Amino acid sequence: MRRWVSVILVTALALCCVMGLASCGGSDEPGIVPEGTYSRDLAGTTINVYNWGEYISDGSDDSLDVNEEFEKLTGIRVNYSMYESNEVMYSKLKSEAVAYDVIIPSDYMIARLLNEDMLRKIDFSKLSNYHYIDPKYRDLYFDPTNEYSVPYNVGMVGIIYNTTMVEGTPDSWSLMWDEKYSDNILTFNNSRDGFATAQFLLGLDVNSTDKATWEQAAEKLKEQSPILQGRVMDEIFNKMENNNAAIAPYYAGDFLTMQEINPDLAFYYPKEGTNIFVDSICVPASSQNYEAAMMYINFLLEPEIALANAEYIRYASPNTAVVNSDDYSLKGNEILYPAAEATVPVEYYHDLDPEIRSYYETLWEDIVRSTT
Amino acid sequence: MKTAQRVYTALIFILIYAPLAVMILFSFNSTSSTSVFAGLSFKWYRELFSNSDTLEALKNTLLLAFVSSIAATLLGTVTAVGIYRMRSRVTREIIKSVTNIPMMNPDIVTGVSLMLLFVFVGRLLGRTNTLSFWTLLISHITFNLPYVILNVLPKLRQTDRHLHEAALDLGCSPVEAFMKVTLPAIRSGIVSGLLMAFTLSLDDFIISYYTVGADFQTLPLKIYAMTKKTVKPDMYALSSVIFFTILILLMLINMAGMRSDNNSNGSKKSKKKV
Repeated sequence: MRRWVSVILVTALALCCVMGLASCGGSDEPGIVPEGTYSRDLAGTTINVYNWGEYISDGSDDSLDVNEEFEKLTGIRVNYSMYESNEVMYSKLKSEAVAYDVIIPSDYMIARLLNEDMLRKIDFSKLSNYHYIDPKYRDLYFDPTNEYSVPYNVGMVGIIYNTTMVEGTPDSWSLMWDEKYSDNILTFNNSRDGFATAQFLLGLDVNSTDKATWEQAAEKLKEQSPILQGRVMDEIFNKMENNNAAIAPYYAGDFLTMQEINPDLAFYYPKEGTNIFVDSICVPASSQNYEAAMMYINFLLEPEIALANAEYIRYASPNTAVVNSDDYSLKGNEILYPAAEATVPVEYYHDLDPEIRSYYETLWEDIVRSTT
Repeated sequence: MKTAQRVYTALIFILIYAPLAVMILFSFNSTSSTSVFAGLSFKWYRELFSNSDTLEALKNTLLLAFVSSIAATLLGTVTAVGIYRMRSRVTREIIKSVTNIPMMNPDIVTGVSLMLLFVFVGRLLGRTNTLSFWTLLISHITFNLPYVILNVLPKLRQTDRHLHEAALDLGCSPVEAFMKVTLPAIRSGIVSGLLMAFTLSLDDFIISYYTVGADFQTLPLKIYAMTKKTVKPDMYALSSVIFFTILILLMLINMAGMRSDNNSNGSKKSKKKV
């Protein structure tokens, strides 16, 4: 019996320690948003938020814990869970097994959700902070009437390179096909971003519905396979930070994170054009606490909260209060906020019809096989 | 020959423990790099214990593992006793194979089918918010169950069938006979089943991935969601903490095991003398 008891005791002890630690994590400092700005009528209810991983200021590294602030202010409990791709979020939502109140999909996914009647209109009269959103990010193609989405982050894809390994100052996608850097080139391990590198280089439409142009891009990508070091996603961080690779395309905001660790890294937007994306806050049709969702969205737009998020995530913010804030460490950063004359042509991804989608996925599998 | 054996053993141990050693080393790194060790620091441990999100996920993971393994152990032990006492050999074999299927099944099949079942039942009951902590718990108990049965059944087979009957003859009620005679005999099987269930539940990613709701996020799910951005070194710190906790736990259990083995050997000897 003693063995039993020891097992149970030790486990219970471990559990208690962890719970104790978790509960003492919070601080009693006064909230950043003054109390009383939000009503406490919905205190005691819960709200289900579904967001990308590492996509909110969460209290680590002395940052602000956004969800905790919201809970303190309103008394609404935030059930926060995370996904790693739009597609995963979509399938979870489509299964109708979980009712989320707030989701943050990317542009093309919003188009798909709207198309399938899976979103609910946002009541903009409840969003007193909406005026902070830069008009340039309103009325975007996926929500032309501006009724279903509120922009959260903006970003563009560019090429990161190591200045000690790459000669001169490159400005084109063709760098990724340069045999001089054989075995030092990384590229995306997801079909849409992967195809786009070749499509921009060849001047093709990234939203083409013509199968022939996808084949053309696929040929170009196969040509690149022998000189690639690998197709990766988050490993790009480590490889570039540690000089294990010379060239990799990735999202601009993430380059800033890498450069902080490896100052030899540089970044450019290829002159042929590149992908721009907007991740926007939406409310699914199945939302069960709509009023709290409105409060949460408005809270995310608060200048202080949006600033904390912008500092943490390091993507470009569509919130003018953040962009113009003197406290913003990335204010005027020319990579996140390129001046008008420095910009290259940009293209949003659109939601393509299933037939084209499965066609290019098949092509992609073929390309991945040719890498090894 | 001796040296060859030693080298071989050493090689195996290096292969098993090198990744853990590297992770533990870099959890003490002062930067987030994984190739340059810039200096010793407890930065990531501080970060870990100040991140309420991660601690919440850790708490959830432990809670789930604890509750699901206990429930699976209770259910599994009862099931194993039931299977063992079955009169017909054919039904016993059939039931045994059926309980083994979830173990052989790839996790992804178990995960998807559980999710479909939950959604289906949820629709019948007219609910749109079916997946929650409870569905996750049911899933974990489900995949833990066969492992408990697998650990308890052989122990039952090793015990003398007539001991239970003897206890009844000597005036025990069936429940007393089970508690006083059968249970002590199969205790080690139950404990190893419980531990196995606990660790399996702690690690599980795939099944949780399909059956989790909005209200309960476990650690493996949280780490996986980080992969679009980057997995931060506070996760190395967390993994090191978990590694050492499990190490200490196992050491304690083994020590307790050795002691009780000695005791039972001793008592057997004294019986013989009588």
